[in-house]
Amino acid sequence: MSCCAPGAEFDATQAAIPSDEELLLASRSLGNGKRQVELALPAVHCAACIQTVEHALCDLPGVEAARVNLSTKRVSVKWRDGQLPPITSTLTRLGYAPNLFDEAIAGRDGTMSDLLRAVAVSGFAAGNIMLLSVSVWSGAEGATRDLFHWVSALIALPALFYAGGIFYRSAWSALSHGRMNMDVPIAIGVTLAYAMSLYETINHGSHAYFDASVTLLFFLLIGRTLDHMMRDRAREAVIGLARLAPRGALVVSEDGARDYRPVEEIQPGMRVLIAAGERIPVDGRVLDGRSDLDRSVVTGESAPVLIAKGDMVQAGTLNLTGPLTLEATSTATSSFLAEMIRMLEAAEGGRARYRRIAERVSALYAPVVHLTAFVTFLGWMAYGGDWHQALTIAIAVLIITCPCALGLAVPIVQVVAARRLFEAGVMVKDGSAMERLAEADAVVFDKTGTLTLGRPRLVGAERIDPAVLGLAGSLAAHSRHPLSLAIAAETGGDATRFDDVTEQPGYGVEGRADGHVWRLGRAAWATGAKGDGTVLARDGVEVARFEFEDRLRAGARDTVAEAERTIGPVEMLSGDSEAACARVAASLDIERFRCGMLPADKVARLTELSLSGHRVLMVGDGLNDAPALGAAHVSMAPASAAEVGRNAADFVFLRESLAAVPLARDIAVRAGRLIRQNIAIAIVYNAIAVPIAILGYVTPLIAAIAMSASSIIVIANALRLSPSREAKAETAQTGTVVRATRPA
Amino acid sequence: MSTLLYLIPVALFLGGLALVAFLWALRSGQYEDLDGAGERILIDDEEPGKRATPKHR
Repeated sequence: MSCCAPGAEFDATQAAIPSDEELLLASRSLGNGKRQVELALPAVHCAACIQTVEHALCDLPGVEAARVNLSTKRVSVKWRDGQLPPITSTLTRLGYAPNLFDEAIAGRDGTMSDLLRAVAVSGFAAGNIMLLSVSVWSGAEGATRDLFHWVSALIALPALFYAGGIFYRSAWSALSHGRMNMDVPIAIGVTLAYAMSLYETINHGSHAYFDASVTLLFFLLIGRTLDHMMRDRAREAVIGLARLAPRGALVVSEDGARDYRPVEEIQPGMRVLIAAGERIPVDGRVLDGRSDLDRSVVTGESAPVLIAKGDMVQAGTLNLTGPLTLEATSTATSSFLAEMIRMLEAAEGGRARYRRIAERVSALYAPVVHLTAFVTFLGWMAYGGDWHQALTIAIAVLIITCPCALGLAVPIVQVVAARRLFEAGVMVKDGSAMERLAEADAVVFDKTGTLTLGRPRLVGAERIDPAVLGLAGSLAAHSRHPLSLAIAAETGGDATRFDDVTEQPGYGVEGRADGHVWRLGRAAWATGAKGDGTVLARDGVEVARFEFEDRLRAGARDTVAEAERTIGPVEMLSGDSEAACARVAASLDIERFRCGMLPADKVARLTELSLSGHRVLMVGDGLNDAPALGAAHVSMAPASAAEVGRNAADFVFLRESLAAVPLARDIAVRAGRLIRQNIAIAIVYNAIAVPIAILGYVTPLIAAIAMSASSIIVIANALRLSPSREAKAETAQTGTVVRATRPA
Repeated sequence: MSTLLYLIPVALFLGGLALVAFLWALRSGQYEDLDGAGERILIDDEEPGKRATPKHR
């Protein structure tokens, strides 16, 4: 036993584990007869996990090296070409179910190392220039001062080009699109400060602002790097989750040869084999075989559907019990999945129109600051007529107002907030999502997979004779059907008790024990008589009957009540039947719900709500919710959601409990309050500092003290965003419960 | 004044050394897995023969 509880922290997903063919498809050749693949392992989180995984993989034949990255929760495996080592099955056996992820989305764009390098360079320059400046302030005179200024100018120049480049590029792209952002005043202020200081240095002047321009870059880059780090981390955690769309499928050609092909190469008319437990790669028609299909991720219906020859199946659905042969009817790009992505893109308009607080402030701030500096210049020209003095004072105004505190005010709060959310298992995509969540005033929940787990649970097990229940559990352990899984989970059946166990796709499981034939499944099939429901039968005689209900997600009731109280009206939209919806709505005290909704209906309902003035928070998981997630003002999805939904959502929560919703809202609201406070602090600072600058009393020493002090106050204020006491207690509590119920 | 002529270059050189060391560490992938590096000190090197080789890129 270790401290680890594989999978405990994460919402269990019903996704299939990647097959060896998929793994091979995802791997890349290193050229020297070796191949490498990267797998996401969401369950690793301590030294013992690292050791277990690396040792087990290195012991496999053919594996050259295996290295776990704990920060990104990934393992990179290198092996010699030829025989593929049993990587996925080994990892699954150890309890670390691996997931493949999309390299394209995961691709490190290198921004992080660029930022770190820029921080290092500007930090080096800032430190050294500050040392020289301190000597100047403490009284270096004449030739010594000039020497110090020249050395400072030399150090500042590369820092300005290298570290400042980030701001120059961003400012330029904003200006060339006719917009204004915080980087514009930063870029102008820094450049003018350097130019003026250089002029002063050449003319043996006493005031040089090299330290101000470089420390400003240094502070701002730290804020930006932290921001990027947080977002990277959230993104990596999200893309590491299970994929619901398969990468490829087994295609049968005319001459009967079987070939594993990537999904993109599958054309209409091709014959595709789907094993039990695999997801359907493209829309198609069943040519052969019968099975139960879990369509919950597509339609929101929780009950599996029986399919047989001639039925149409949609990409993304899960084939549960029997093998199928399909004829593809569309390509991957025109499948249901792709259709959802298109609807999603069309629906995302509302969110793109949202302007972040920082943008709104900077749109006002930059013109005001530049105007003030210009008026100061004109004023001093009129007063004294000395253009050099007027220009020096005008630039001092620009430096003192350079939005150091303002540039940090927003990102630093969002970094701290994202960190708090991360600790609670909630990933946030970016800062604007947090601002939008704080504004939400209505909540829409999806039913299946969101309010409920989308997994049935056996009810009334205590009314059934334990011996019979044990028998049913043993039989159920042979099947992947969700109802069988529910029975097996309730009884923990021993799979070895029966002989000759066969699964009849679409009907149930059959086995022999002590000369009797036992059947577990649809009543009509098990007993040979008419009837509904799920029963256990011995030699055709009903022995026990099983009832199921979809299990509610932990904390669903409290969450709905709290959302109603703190956010606004709660509504439930579902693709499921009226009866199922009414039952869930009643048990959760939801007054407004709509059932049988298609993806487009959900989007329409959200549009309707937003037209009536609501800012809607949408919480959903299915493929059918993806467009609605995109259309909502702000959206959340559980980790078990389809990738499209996860990518569309602003927040993804990794733990099972829905308590993440009010928690995230609480943090977002408090973060919003702190951001406004920070902006107020920055404005107060300006209100005090600007008059001093306009009157011409600012020296480099005063500028350095004022800027550092305002930045530190803003950062200290952001750090006040500590978890509230109730939230802390709740996290601790759920943490223990989750760990206590870990799977063996 | 004359002391400055060699003290400033020395100070800059030492600072530059730290900068180069940081850039080298960044390039050699030492910032790729900060959490893992912290946990790995708890793992004993029991098998000197076959074990995970550090990844450099």
